[in-house]
Amino acid sequence: MAEDIRALSAQLAQDPQSLVFLRLGEALRRKGQLDAALRVAMNGLERHPHLADAHGLYARVLTDKHDYEKAFDEWDMAIRIAPHHTGALKGLAFLYFKVGDIAQAESHLEAARKIEPDDPSIDQAIAMVRGGVTPPAPAPAATVDSSVASSPVASSAVGSPAAASPLDESRVFAGLDGANEGLLLIDGAGRVLGGALRDKSGTDVTDAVAAYLAGVSQEAARTAKLLGLGAWNGLSAEGLHGNVHLAHPTPEALLLVVRERGIPLGRLTILAQRATGMARRWLEQQT
Amino acid sequence: MSAALDLITRVRGVRGAMLVSAEDGLVIAEQLMEGIKGGAVAALAASLAGRLRRAMEAAGQGRSVFWHLQGEQGALLVVPSGNAGDGGNILVVAVAEPDVNIGLVRLELLRAAERAI
Repeated sequence: MAEDIRALSAQLAQDPQSLVFLRLGEALRRKGQLDAALRVAMNGLERHPHLADAHGLYARVLTDKHDYEKAFDEWDMAIRIAPHHTGALKGLAFLYFKVGDIAQAESHLEAARKIEPDDPSIDQAIAMVRGGVTPPAPAPAATVDSSVASSPVASSAVGSPAAASPLDESRVFAGLDGANEGLLLIDGAGRVLGGALRDKSGTDVTDAVAAYLAGVSQEAARTAKLLGLGAWNGLSAEGLHGNVHLAHPTPEALLLVVRERGIPLGRLTILAQRATGMARRWLEQQT
Repeated sequence: MSAALDLITRVRGVRGAMLVSAEDGLVIAEQLMEGIKGGAVAALAASLAGRLRRAMEAAGQGRSVFWHLQGEQGALLVVPSGNAGDGGNILVVAVAEPDVNIGLVRLELLRAAERAI
């Protein structure tokens, strides 16, 4: 195995654009070198952001590191890129099972079986889910912490937005990475409707940012109108310490998504589009 | 400065490029297609840049190094440059068609900003 890792590392060093990072990352993961595997996966993802397998590798490493919320997001991204990605479907099924959503777990496994009807491991996983036994993890090296099933973060990561109580503000962004620290929904007057923001030190900056956002939105609308750009539908900004995207799910509401610098603006825009849809549905439920 | 703006306006879909004083919103240099009002672009870009800077600082994300306003019929793209301490005293601004290659314009704006300071 060590020989494999050395050889694969050499290959990757020789051709950084090659897809050998997928094998190297997986080899490191299986060997338990999770930090190294994470670096390989992230570097690979930066070079190949539209490769579903790269998101899959990243998700498996994150699962091994018990970062289920981000893993969910990565497998979800893999499905968006390649809807028939059975690895991602199985990964999502695993995470759904972990938080007790048996119906979703089974549904994802059934979807995987339709794509690969001859894969006996999928049949086994479905049987195990139905029997209440944890299905084979897509990350066999992971030791599943039973407390995860009841953790608010994990519940948020896989909860169904449609099932959220209309008045439960904390569930506005259920299913999205960073729902409680990097997403903020406000009304036109700068009042917080849902989500929360924290800075690098963990300090809650929700109210301060909300107060500034209303002004940004008004200025963006004025600028777009006066410059003949039509209605504005998004404002993305790259900061020294992080990236942000501002959108308006309804004419009266504003949504801010904040992520670390490692998340490129394009990907941030996709996340923001998903959050915008969720926020819009939630706002519609309020009326 | 003209050479710096050339980098930007040669990108397909870019309708104009400008250097703007972030402090007072006045035009420093411009290369614009017919019909684009440079003075308005400069003033609005500077005003929006100021508000955005305050929001980003409040969110703990530091000053912006690039931002992009997407409209249905076009886009405004900006790189603040110059003195980092005050959030950039010159704005390198591009006005573009909605389907412009944003990544390419961003690169050229950053290159132009390096030349401009």
